[in-house]
Amino acid sequence: MAKATPTDIDDLETADLPEMDLYHPKSFLTKWVFSQDAKVIALQYATTATLIGLVALVLSWLMRLQLGFPDSFDFIAPTDYYQYITMHGMIMVIYLLTALFLGGFGNYLIPLMIGARDMVFPYMNMLSYWIYLAAVLLLAATFFVPGGPTGAGWTLYPPQAILSGTPGREWGIVLMLASLALFIVGFTMGGLNYVITVLQARARGMTLMRMPLTIWGIFVATILALLAFPSLFVSVIMLLFDRLLNTSFFMPHIIEFGEKLQYGGGSPILFQHLFWFFGHPEVYIVAVPAFGIVSDLIATHARKNIFGYRMMVWAILIIGLLSFVVWAHHMYVSGMNPYFGFFFATSTLIIAVPTAIKVYNWVLTLWRGNIHLSLPMLFAIGFIITFINGGITGLFLGNVIVDVPLSDTMFVVAHFHMVMGVAPILVVFGAIYHWFPLITGRWLNQTLGHLHFWITFVGAYAIYFPMHYLGFMGVPRRYYSLGETAFIPDSVADLNKFITLAALVVGAAQIVFIFNLIYSIFWGRKAERNPWKATTLEWQTETMPPRHGNFGPQLPRVYRWAYDYSVPGAKDDFIPQNQPPAPDEEAAPTGAPPS
Amino acid sequence: MAIAIVLILVAVGSVAFHIYSPWWWTEIASNWNQIDLTVVITFWITGIVFVALTLFVAYCVVKFRYSKNRRAEYKPENKKLELWLTILTSLGVIGMLAPGLWVWQQYVSPPPNADEVEIVGQQWQWSFRYPGQDGILGTTDANLVSFDNPFGINPTDPAGQDDILIEGDALHLPLGRPVKFLLRSHDVLHNFFIPQFRAKMDLVPGMVTYFWITPTRTGEFEILCAELCGLGHHQMRGGILIEEEDTFQTWLAEQQTFRQIQQDARLHQNRPVKIATDAPAGKE
Ligand code: HEM
Ligand SMILES: [Cu+2]
Ligand SMILES: [Cu+2]
Repeated sequence: MAKATPTDIDDLETADLPEMDLYHPKSFLTKWVFSQDAKVIALQYATTATLIGLVALVLSWLMRLQLGFPDSFDFIAPTDYYQYITMHGMIMVIYLLTALFLGGFGNYLIPLMIGARDMVFPYMNMLSYWIYLAAVLLLAATFFVPGGPTGAGWTLYPPQAILSGTPGREWGIVLMLASLALFIVGFTMGGLNYVITVLQARARGMTLMRMPLTIWGIFVATILALLAFPSLFVSVIMLLFDRLLNTSFFMPHIIEFGEKLQYGGGSPILFQHLFWFFGHPEVYIVAVPAFGIVSDLIATHARKNIFGYRMMVWAILIIGLLSFVVWAHHMYVSGMNPYFGFFFATSTLIIAVPTAIKVYNWVLTLWRGNIHLSLPMLFAIGFIITFINGGITGLFLGNVIVDVPLSDTMFVVAHFHMVMGVAPILVVFGAIYHWFPLITGRWLNQTLGHLHFWITFVGAYAIYFPMHYLGFMGVPRRYYSLGETAFIPDSVADLNKFITLAALVVGAAQIVFIFNLIYSIFWGRKAERNPWKATTLEWQTETMPPRHGNFGPQLPRVYRWAYDYSVPGAKDDFIPQNQPPAPDEEAAPTGAPPS
Repeated sequence: MAIAIVLILVAVGSVAFHIYSPWWWTEIASNWNQIDLTVVITFWITGIVFVALTLFVAYCVVKFRYSKNRRAEYKPENKKLELWLTILTSLGVIGMLAPGLWVWQQYVSPPPNADEVEIVGQQWQWSFRYPGQDGILGTTDANLVSFDNPFGINPTDPAGQDDILIEGDALHLPLGRPVKFLLRSHDVLHNFFIPQFRAKMDLVPGMVTYFWITPTRTGEFEILCAELCGLGHHQMRGGILIEEEDTFQTWLAEQQTFRQIQQDARLHQNRPVKIATDAPAGKE
């Protein structure tokens, strides 16, 4: 933890660099295409992620059409359905959410919010994006290769993932694995950048315990990702070897349709351990940046300091740490040694405590706040509710014996959509409504924004809340169709139709949002500077949107934490982080972390 | 204001849905009432938290709505409150975890007198093996699987000779006797799931997994595969019949043993043995 106090820092030499002419982009190509400006890279990441995310959205419509109207859509065969779920899940989790939170928000916000001119390794940052793009293109290419994309489910469990009973065995799975490997390479370049930038490039006075929670969230999530992705990387490579070179890392003796295969001695469960050692932290890689961002949205729009800042930081750190010792809660019925269940159920439910503390602190920040019901605040509230809901069902699935009837049913689908689909995406939307004026200098259309919020929040709840009950009944997930099943009453078909309609409406609202984005970039109402009256540094730049290099000739100097809202005695209801203490200002108020 | 109303509707509506909607678990048919009980405990604890927090947020957005003339409170921490919330949450967690682990202890400890039955999964069908007279399942090896020996039973193992093999028929089980399922797969992962039993477990090629139940009511139930196993996953169904003891014994006595099937196979060299080769049907 940084020991330097503002007084120590006064004695330090300034590290500001003179304006470096060489480094500024000179042409369209270096400004917008091969840009080394973290802000442009952020937009590139965000655009690419959104585009591939739209593919996943369309796939979700197709899946829902099949589930809601199983006999009506002849063009959806079982092969297609299993390909849809796989591509949908993989895109949403990795190529959309991970890329958007870290590559998108991370790149845009880290340098700005900590008072740096850019990432510490701009060239590597640029490479990171281009490798990510290659990974996305490779993934998209699987739609066009013979046999189509893999239908192994996003978990890619062997032996099934590489055997012929699964679609896309020829090309799909190979390209998927290659794409994932590329993604990890690209991510590692970006990730090292984010972490080192946070550690090394903070403005003077920006101690770790003065950082906005957004940065804490992105910082911790990136560390998690750097530690978790290697596990996916090795499993991907080993699976690729099993597929292409006939090794048997994950393959035991197998009789496929009466025919003996050339495999033997491997362990399918080993893959699951490796996969979930990555896969569980991955949930937090998506969730923790959302935690951070939503904290700042709530504080800013409730005009109140985030309640229990230090607890919030510790909770993020503890959650991050614990997220590495809970992975096998995805494997309670996998056939692993059942005694693992005791350990993993305990560790999983322990995580609930710091997580619950975060939720309490968000709602306690609202308590005695001065709440603007602006769009970011509405989305933040939507996040709180869906996250509580999804967190609660996590307590069902984490408690090993309760997981037994529920695992692999629609309950799981409802749970993870609520907690890592809807909740973080609501934060993404809130963040976009919040930072759009900074990024473009214009407002998003607020009427369309409200339409977007209401349909998305209420619609998503209507999709996923009832779905849990299908899981209780025993409806399995990843089922192309239910067919005739004695214990499933006809009313389930009606519920499925309802869910499908809700999903289509929610999907349509996203198209409205995309339209709003594009429209407002060019024709949106002009925004004044620091329109939300926020304290954090990104709003204190010379220009809005900030130019290359972010700040003027002088880097900002930080005097206070990020949450000086409604400070008693202050003139305004916010004091920017870079505003020096007034002569009569008390020393840091109690509870604000000591510098 | 709209948001407060919607939040209240979410809280009240969710509870109402829970109570009044027709979608709920099936009538239980095994001894695992305690699983249902743990679910109910979890529902109470988490449900209260959910409703309380949602209503609290609704209250806050009404009560503390923005006004120019007011300032938010400046109070960064409240150690005592945070401590209390932590303690209460921990108690709630213990309240769910303790019964959960207690039931799990039973789930992983089959009674010593449980009958053993083997479940074999392959793309995309179920078959079953009873230990026969000696009560012992013969050893198996995936390498021995062939047309004449679809279970891969070791022909030199005397314990396997009297094993009773069931293909293309339902699994029959006697009412009220604990049974330990030994699960085996020849190809990919599958999962043996009967919703009315509240229990399931993966079948993993290369190893034997298990779980146990005691059937508590007679009737016919459906086996669903609950682990994605390729194109026919959703069609990999089987039947289970829970019968009174004597009906079950009568049925069992009519079934063929491994030895009988082997002899038959030698008699009619070309007897076709059903091996799963059916591709899954799409839409008709
Ligand atoms: C309107 C939004 C969405 C709808 C309607 C939707 C719908 C679906 C459906 C129908 C399935 C297949 C369920 C099954 O048969 O097992 C599915 C699977 C999945 N979805 Fe979504 N989804 C949406 C958004 C998201 C988001 C934002 C995420 C990000 C986390 C996500 C992640 C997943 C994952 C990981 C799977 C599992 C795929 C698998 O089983 O391999 N979805 N979704
Ligand atoms: Cu997990
Ligand atoms: Cu299956």
